[in-house]
Amino acid sequence: MRHLLSIEDLDRPGIERILDRAKSFTEVSEREVKKVPALRGRRVLNLFYEASTRTRSSFELAAKTLSAEVINFVSSGSSVEKGESLKDTVQTLSAYRPDLIVVRTPYVGAAELVARWSPAAVINAGDGKHEHPTQALLDVHTLRERLGALDGLSIWIVGDVLHSRVARSNIQAFTMLGAKVTVCGPPTLIPRGVEALGCDVRYTLDGLDEADVVYALRMQKERMTESFVPSLREYAARYQIDGRRLGARQVLMHPGPVNRGVELAAEVIDSPQALIGQQVAAGVVVRMAVLYELLAGRTAPDRQLVTA
Amino acid sequence: MNAARPGKRGAEPLLHREQPPADLLIRAAHVLDPRGDLDAPHDVLVRGGVIAEIGAPGSLDAPEGAEVLEGEGRHLFPGFVDPHVHLRVPGQEHKEDLDSGTRAAAAGGFVAVVAMPNTDPVVDDASVLRSLREAARREARIPVGFLAAITRGLAGDALTEMAELSDTGALGFTDDGKPVHRAAILRKALQYQRLCGGVLALHEEDPSLSGAGAMHEGEVSARLGLAGIPSISESTMIARDAAIAGYEQGRIHIQHLSARESVEAIAEAKARGVQISGEASPHHLCLTHEAIRERLDTRLKMNPPLRAESDRQALIEGLRDGTIDCIATDHAPHAREEKEVPFEEAPMGTTGLETSFAAIYTELVVPGVLPLGLVVERLSAGAALMGLATPRIAVGETAALCLLDLAAEWQVGEAGYESRSENCCFAGHMLRGRVLATVAAGSVVYRERAFALTAA
Repeated sequence: MRHLLSIEDLDRPGIERILDRAKSFTEVSEREVKKVPALRGRRVLNLFYEASTRTRSSFELAAKTLSAEVINFVSSGSSVEKGESLKDTVQTLSAYRPDLIVVRTPYVGAAELVARWSPAAVINAGDGKHEHPTQALLDVHTLRERLGALDGLSIWIVGDVLHSRVARSNIQAFTMLGAKVTVCGPPTLIPRGVEALGCDVRYTLDGLDEADVVYALRMQKERMTESFVPSLREYAARYQIDGRRLGARQVLMHPGPVNRGVELAAEVIDSPQALIGQQVAAGVVVRMAVLYELLAGRTAPDRQLVTA
Repeated sequence: MNAARPGKRGAEPLLHREQPPADLLIRAAHVLDPRGDLDAPHDVLVRGGVIAEIGAPGSLDAPEGAEVLEGEGRHLFPGFVDPHVHLRVPGQEHKEDLDSGTRAAAAGGFVAVVAMPNTDPVVDDASVLRSLREAARREARIPVGFLAAITRGLAGDALTEMAELSDTGALGFTDDGKPVHRAAILRKALQYQRLCGGVLALHEEDPSLSGAGAMHEGEVSARLGLAGIPSISESTMIARDAAIAGYEQGRIHIQHLSARESVEAIAEAKARGVQISGEASPHHLCLTHEAIRERLDTRLKMNPPLRAESDRQALIEGLRDGTIDCIATDHAPHAREEKEVPFEEAPMGTTGLETSFAAIYTELVVPGVLPLGLVVERLSAGAALMGLATPRIAVGETAALCLLDLAAEWQVGEAGYESRSENCCFAGHMLRGRVLATVAAGSVVYRERAFALTAA
């Protein structure tokens, strides 16, 4: 695997190989000196066109734990429009000779473009509403740690599926590992044709008790002004996961950041069923494993593209 | 081309630069004029730009000074007419200009094109139209006609001076690129049509439904996370506008049909007696949104978008049964830097003049989906809809012809493009059918390079 642009770049054995390695990295974080030399001398460039706290810091921590050099290039979404095109930015930054670029943009397919325009390996850390493959991997890792295998699990993904790159990557990853996925939300926030990804569609939480895993998505406030839902109050009344709806045997996940009192009630966030903290912790080891997968044992990328 | 339509105050409908009239003998080409009874090898002699004689293969001799084009094993068609192209003049000459756009058209076998007014400035007053026509008289390699805007600045609020624009030579009116979203404005334009004539060509889209959509709403957009443009954004507006046209007894032409529901809406309106016509583009007839799934290529981004296979089949069926009257390319050039951006950021549009025949021939005629004669007929049927003369292969007609090698296989883009822009949705496709030479308005306007060398 040269890049990780989409969860479709992986198959089940590939996911399992990466997550087995992530598990072996867990021990590193528990050491006093949290560093191994696996990627010493390698250069990782974080190129973020969108605000991000946990994804960027998690990639940075992962790279540094593996002893790679990290450069952060953070830009507001508008700088593309203001001047330099994405292509020029990527080609300019490629002159720093990064071995790997972690890229987040608000645009579908932008990570693929970065991979085309730079000789570096590329990890998609979110491209618009398209995909966020390392989130899917860390979610699978979290579930494997808690529940063992995913085979036969029923996983409900609840909320704003339409605008969610997490949902798109997770539906595919969960399905690939043998789970049965149901997406649930108001009809205005379920994309037409989403069944093609291999999931069932529900518009109410009736039947949620069949789920082994409840995965709530972030509900963005601006969806209300765009009339996707009439009000957050009504949305919360029908789709909020609270102590009444979450059964004792179910586990709860969320990609963060949480809108307390909208998609999740406070009592479930703080309950022992919530794996939200574990997801964040898994982020570091899983990203270490992905960096390792893409860089270890690979020679520096061909420079022809940069000089051409 | 042929004689001007009975002009409004004498403004000729089509303009092109002065070129020497052709003296040509096209020898033994298979002549196919679907509107006549020609469908066999013939010699065709052009003298002084006019078809002088049509005879049995080998029966005609080349007069002194005439060029001979070897047509054996090749096909001679009436030249194609495109009622919908964007030549980007004035204001966007970095994408295309009158010379490069008409060169691309000639290379595609076209003998006349009709340019859209969504330029900068918009062709919404007579002075802009007048200077554009003057430029065409100097620069256009093949005859070009112009539509003027329906509303000032394409803003959808106020009618342009339609009567004056018509007197100045506008063939008709369109806000192409945008819908006429207010029904009352369209109604007034249809009322004005009684005064000034000319077709109203409509880009049908309900912006409240299409929103910020970047591709067809369906399985592929769901998978990619791209905002979708639903089929109903087009079909509901067609239904609305057909009702208004019927009420006002006006004539409307629906541009770039893309959805099954739209074909149905036109069929229903025609059955009610509404004066409505429609066009389909080669890309909507040959490609679907699955192509975007395979490769998120901005050259595949256009408005209306590539839709599903069932939509494509409905367009083919509509073209076959006449619900869709003609093929139009909606040739929409964009500069490389404009298209070399993330998909959602890229402008809508694909070039199409150079590939239209070959794409349809390869995808629809070779596999036996549509007969060749029907495709050739639909590729010039736009002329009559725009009030222009239809090219014919007949003695006494001004020569407006294209000579093709249907067996020739070529890869789109392998030798670059005649257009200034390279945003062709068929880039990389292997196509069959190559235009070898085009004669427009009685002059040779294009010779394929290898063919020109062997012919010399």
